[in-house]
Amino acid sequence: MARIGVFICWCGSNIASTVDVKAVAEAAADFPGVAHSVEYKYMCSDPGQTLIRQAIKEKQLTGLVVAACSPRMHEPTFRRAALESGMNPYLVEMANIREHCSWVHEDRAEATTKALETVRMLVEKVRRNTPLEEIRVPVTKRALVIGGGVAGIQAGLDIISAGIPVTVVERTPSIGGHMSQLDETFPTLDCSQCILTPKMVELSQSPLTTIYTYSEIEEVTGYVGNFKVKIRQKAKTVDHVKCTGCGICVEKCPAKVPSEFECGLADRKAIYVPFPQAIPNKPVIDRPNCIYFAKGKCGVCKKICPAEAIDYDVEDTIVEEEVGAIVVATGYDLIDRALYGEYGYGKIADVVDGLQFERMLSASGPTGGKLIKPSTGETPKTVVFVQCVGSRDDSKGIPYCSRICCMYTAKHAMLFKHKVKDGKAYIFYIDVRAGGKGYEEFVKRAVDEDRVVYLRGRVSRIFEKNGTVFVKGSDTISGQQVEIRADLVVLATAVAASDGARQLAQKLRIGFDQHGFLTEAHPKLRPVETNTPGVYLAGTCQAPKDIPDTVSQASAAASKVLGLLSSDELVREPLVAHVSESVCISCFACEDTCPYGAIERVEWKDPETGLTTEIARVNPGICEGCGACIPVCRPKAVDLRGFSEEQIYSEINALSDMFKVKR
Amino acid sequence: MKFAFYPGCSLESSAKEYKESTLLAAESLGLELEEIPDWICCGSTPAHMSDELLGIALPAYSLLLAKQMDTDGVLVTCASCYSRLKAANHAILNDGTMKKKVAEALGEEYDGGVPVRHMLELTSDAIAQPGFDEKITRKLSGLKVASYYGCLLVRPPEITGFDDPEDPQSLDRLVAALGAEPVDWRYKVECCGAALAFSQVDIVRKLSGEILQDAKDTEADVVIVACPLCHSNLDLRQRNIEKYLGIDLEVPVLYFTQLLGLAFGYSAAELGLGKHEINPVPVLRKRGINI
Repeated sequence: MARIGVFICWCGSNIASTVDVKAVAEAAADFPGVAHSVEYKYMCSDPGQTLIRQAIKEKQLTGLVVAACSPRMHEPTFRRAALESGMNPYLVEMANIREHCSWVHEDRAEATTKALETVRMLVEKVRRNTPLEEIRVPVTKRALVIGGGVAGIQAGLDIISAGIPVTVVERTPSIGGHMSQLDETFPTLDCSQCILTPKMVELSQSPLTTIYTYSEIEEVTGYVGNFKVKIRQKAKTVDHVKCTGCGICVEKCPAKVPSEFECGLADRKAIYVPFPQAIPNKPVIDRPNCIYFAKGKCGVCKKICPAEAIDYDVEDTIVEEEVGAIVVATGYDLIDRALYGEYGYGKIADVVDGLQFERMLSASGPTGGKLIKPSTGETPKTVVFVQCVGSRDDSKGIPYCSRICCMYTAKHAMLFKHKVKDGKAYIFYIDVRAGGKGYEEFVKRAVDEDRVVYLRGRVSRIFEKNGTVFVKGSDTISGQQVEIRADLVVLATAVAASDGARQLAQKLRIGFDQHGFLTEAHPKLRPVETNTPGVYLAGTCQAPKDIPDTVSQASAAASKVLGLLSSDELVREPLVAHVSESVCISCFACEDTCPYGAIERVEWKDPETGLTTEIARVNPGICEGCGACIPVCRPKAVDLRGFSEEQIYSEINALSDMFKVKR
Repeated sequence: MKFAFYPGCSLESSAKEYKESTLLAAESLGLELEEIPDWICCGSTPAHMSDELLGIALPAYSLLLAKQMDTDGVLVTCASCYSRLKAANHAILNDGTMKKKVAEALGEEYDGGVPVRHMLELTSDAIAQPGFDEKITRKLSGLKVASYYGCLLVRPPEITGFDDPEDPQSLDRLVAALGAEPVDWRYKVECCGAALAFSQVDIVRKLSGEILQDAKDTEADVVIVACPLCHSNLDLRQRNIEKYLGIDLEVPVLYFTQLLGLAFGYSAAELGLGKHEINPVPVLRKRGINI
């Protein structure tokens, strides 16, 4: 026999001014199953909670309905109060008569009726509530970091600093990412390599770190605390255990291809280490460009290698790792420059993109840090920088701001002026967005000290005429069309999601937006979590951002990982789906529907017939309790704990009974 | 394929050679054209500048006529007509209120669904088809051609939805397909001054002068266009521009359909090459083209 306690809260005047709380309490006392019904000014206060705790004991209550605010606000409070009095917390429900009633209605009589209806529905539900126990799942104390750029490196370092081992998977032959390509960084002009390489070394040398370079994620299964990851190690063709990194193979290799690291400004060999500070500092063979793999002849590297480390026959291998948490840090690419045919990139040699300019500035770059016109090798005297090439341009399908270009363009212009004292630097811009710490001052320095000329307007066309490059655009401040003869043009091309980010997101069952950036669980309050528990985001895979923000987010993601992995087991709410084994007809429609991959196929022996069949089972560690599986289940074998069909129907029936009474 | 042909006003007067060459080129390409009976003016710039409804209802009237014909859509050659017909479809498809107003004005509802194709679109489709090369009977190799797209053919992109609005390539690809040599120049989408020819001639002289000068500087033998107004500003006004700016231009301007007709073997007379202010025949002969 149910003995439900109903507690109506005034919430000061928040509820009581619109809802006749006394009338509701009195009427609720007569509902079937209600043994106790009172109202009080502040139920969430200490005296209010004491009232509840005492009533549970004195009235031997079997369930509670607290009619007050949203369960988002105080459900944990009242469930804890129930637990303290020895009641299972899942026997407590809240009727929201504040946000859903008093705050949105004006008519006191109608609001009171609605509050009463809400209480009645919840009483019917609680009569059918069953005690539930929290789900406890074990945790694998190892983290996976996908992407070895500065975001992945920082996240990895922070995780190992707490003694948790980390596996880093990097697609290219070395960790380091785009930051290793940069020259000096804004707003302090410290050398990018100098601040990054110590971190790369620290990460790679820790006994807690396993790094798979030249590798990609093949498959991710499992759930928070218990992921199973298959990693495809692409065939390096060089045995890194035997290889001493002497570099003689690279020297002798006859096949040259444009270097990705140098953004095409220099060549690399088919057997290569992407840059001198690479980790690991051992080469791989780029098979599509290797003469041996194309024609079956050559084999110079194999003949010459003193360590006999070259093996043409090795194939891709799949390694499996078990991890408890995953940090996605896959970074960015630049947009396809072909989107801007009118800017002549790729057609005019002296039009380069920002990353190419970084390589030219870099002392270890293809020009040894000397700025040149790629067409002639001369020093450029006039350089035009064009901001927002792609960014904020709806007509090219990229409405967002890339956030880094205003700052790096100011830096580029500044560094150019430092190298070419009598040079002229022009920057075409829409707005200068310099919102970070020390950023505005940095831009001002470029204007005041280095005499960089800012022109507010878009560039319509960049063309070459008789060997001279012209930049045609508008200066909207003077209201004039301008045409500048440039020795070099630098395009601040927009940041785009990394190639393959969408496919990876699908493997991880996390969201991505229309531009391929991965989506966070909440744009303000959960910026590093994803909607899949245990998977976190760091860096530009989520949205364009600069190095300080990337590093901050990486550390935040690491702290989330450490929070998750700090306990031996995970506690989850028991409000999950479950399958009634004898009713399941093995159609697995639920498996197709489940957005979290929580449905497993298991062998089940029918105790009555003794026959074994394959049926669906919900993995409570993965299930998020969304209920999507319930309507697709034809035999109604699936139900949701805490929100069973019976409970929901009883609420609806209670409501319709009250309507009948009204009529 | 069969199309309802919408010539527009210019093709009946100042751009007769555009019409003649279009009809010949269409025949060679196997396109059957039937002129829309009783088509009316698209309204051009004056209509949509003075009254939005007028600017949509005028082209919608002709499209409604075309709808009653059994064709694969409307074929149009003038860039301005193309823009207005497409704008009418776009407005009627996306703006329910405008659709109603147009129905009231015309006394009949038009659904915005008749496909509108520019001759250049159909030509672009044709060059990709097998057997196109066999239609070419006159060699154009060695002829350097600057393709001028103007403003309205590829812009605004949400209305025309055809080619790259800032760096279009369809005319250049056509030139290459005909065996001539496309030149890379910088004024391919700059404005010629258009209808300012009637009110502020100085602006047209300056803008069109820059276009022609650049074509000359890049050593193009001829400029090809796909718009009668562009042609009129660049060709008919060229002597006036030379005088006004004190420069020597002498740049022949052809309709792309004339170049197409040349490649298909039609004579200079059939294609109306004699109707231009700047005679293209000498430079064509100089490049060894047999006409």
